[in-house]
Amino acid sequence: MSFITYLINGISLGSVYAMIALGYTMVYGIAKMLNFAHGDVIMVGGFIIFTLMSSLGLSPVLAVLIAIVLCTVLGVTIEGVAYKPLRKAPSLAVLITAIGVSYLLQNLALLIFGAGSKSFTSVIPVPAISLAGGRIPISGETLVTIPVCIIIMIALTIFIKKSKTGRAMVAVSEDKEAAVLMGVNVNKTIAITFAIGSALAAIASALMFSTYTNLSSTSGAMPGIKAFIAAVFGGIGSIPGAMIGGILLGIIEILSKAYISTQLGDAIVFLVLIIVLLVKPTGILGKKIQEKV
Amino acid sequence: MKKNILKINKSTRNNMVTIGLIVIAYAICQSMIVTGNMSNLLQNLLVSLCYYSIMAISLNLTVGILGHLSLGHAGFMCIGAFAGAFFSKSMVNTIDNTFIRFTLAILIGAAFAGLFGVIIGVAVLRLRGDYLAIVTLAFGEIIKNVLNVLYIGYDKRGIHISAEDAMSLNLDESGVVIVKGAQGISGTPRDATFTIGVILLIISYLIIVNLVNSRSGRAIMSIRDNHIAAESVGINITKYKILAFSISAALAGVAGVLYSHNISSVQSSKFGYNMSIMILVYVVLGGMGNLRGSIFAAILLTLLPEYLRFLRDYRMLIYAIVLIIMMLFNWAPACIEWRKKFSFKNLLGSVFRKTKKEV
Repeated sequence: MSFITYLINGISLGSVYAMIALGYTMVYGIAKMLNFAHGDVIMVGGFIIFTLMSSLGLSPVLAVLIAIVLCTVLGVTIEGVAYKPLRKAPSLAVLITAIGVSYLLQNLALLIFGAGSKSFTSVIPVPAISLAGGRIPISGETLVTIPVCIIIMIALTIFIKKSKTGRAMVAVSEDKEAAVLMGVNVNKTIAITFAIGSALAAIASALMFSTYTNLSSTSGAMPGIKAFIAAVFGGIGSIPGAMIGGILLGIIEILSKAYISTQLGDAIVFLVLIIVLLVKPTGILGKKIQEKV
Repeated sequence: MKKNILKINKSTRNNMVTIGLIVIAYAICQSMIVTGNMSNLLQNLLVSLCYYSIMAISLNLTVGILGHLSLGHAGFMCIGAFAGAFFSKSMVNTIDNTFIRFTLAILIGAAFAGLFGVIIGVAVLRLRGDYLAIVTLAFGEIIKNVLNVLYIGYDKRGIHISAEDAMSLNLDESGVVIVKGAQGISGTPRDATFTIGVILLIISYLIIVNLVNSRSGRAIMSIRDNHIAAESVGINITKYKILAFSISAALAGVAGVLYSHNISSVQSSKFGYNMSIMILVYVVLGGMGNLRGSIFAAILLTLLPEYLRFLRDYRMLIYAIVLIIMMLFNWAPACIEWRKKFSFKNLLGSVFRKTKKEV
């Protein structure tokens, strides 16, 4: 495998991370909370698609669409039941609640689907191609993942910049009290943010499990943490930051696994994060926090 | 008599109560063991109660007293566990006295973890809030991942380290491989006992309490409350942050040594982010900055899943639900109001005296 293949695989993995990271960063920007259960929503999405396709025999497209709807409902429900009552609580209390939700989802999946890992059938029926006379093979999953991610990111950017709801989201993340005074319904806006984040997680799960087919109750945790790191990497709260952070993280991970060490790939990702944060303490595109005395 | 009690200041009295409770709990446990009233399950858990309690109070020093969220505390425990187990296993034939060997192992574990605490502290403590949290998480994972691939052995020529496999250590015939990559260290002497665990818990508690009530402790808490104000009155923020962070790390190392000498085999994969989170749950549920609460929460939440075993597969599910409900009960405005309405004080108050009408 050549460098270019690794690079393309890295971008592909990175765009999945970017989509998950968008969920983290939008929720953080608006609700100022770290939603640790986000990674597990991905796992739930994976299991929904898996069940629909293997037991009910639905077509992949339909299965993914249903998964998106169900994950959106799940995200909004989690927000309404577990996080909404804690709006004014200290952030650590919300963090622990999020961890509780994460345990809950993992153990529910464990109960329903058992401890063994399932083999996910790819939802992408695109054949692999090879460029440059067979020297650069590109899998069908990669061919679909990258454009899908680009389209989603453009759509999301337009949605946030142009639509009323999108601008309400920006307003709430800038200043909650002022947004309320301007007539923004904060609770509704936060719910919408969770809905978008969870829908993105469902799409990410379809793309990710098509490439990495191992599906178990904990398989959402590590991508979740990495996407969280990608969000911090790009500057948490910043949407373009999450995209850049996700893609960079994917590239670094694949390249370091290919050229340095397979087992230490994760450690290298974390090390790069630490170095970036030491140079730029609020991430690549993070805002400088000015503190008033 | 009454006057004498009053002379002791409040925090000292508070500490005496906590230590008294620990000693009473210890005495009850010991008498239960002697009279044969304690189940095997609980007996096996006793040491783990001690090291989780030590982990909880040491993390409370970072999170509750210094005010920095740390998600990588298990990493320090991992370093302590490996350093202590390495020492004990290589010295098991040299030092016969269990007490001396274990004491040295604890000191070495604490020193290594503390050293890493200083190194990591210097690197990360200028970050703030969630950024600091994520970097501690990253360090915890790095420690876990690196120890997961390391092979360490020794022979007459000294210590050999390799990141590939046991063969590439190039040991001569006298060599022993101690750390075996993903398998970790096995065959550590099981020196940890409940008594030692309780003594270590009390010592750790006293270390933290003495720190908190000292001049340095007040400086540390002033950084938590307002670091700009603290800096402007001349407190060396970096110094005190690193002081608190490294003491917290060293105590986590002690807990790690206890861990590795309790179950005799130790793998780095156990010390992932899940364990750090679990310890953080103890701290938050026990109350930030409240050491006694941390110990209670650690004991309660370690025992809870064990006593939920009759629920079989549902037990972690119930645990998760209990966790969410506890947080909601503690913090949701509706629940707070409900608690105020039905609190013991109020109920007793309404029985014994007329409630004043609100204006």
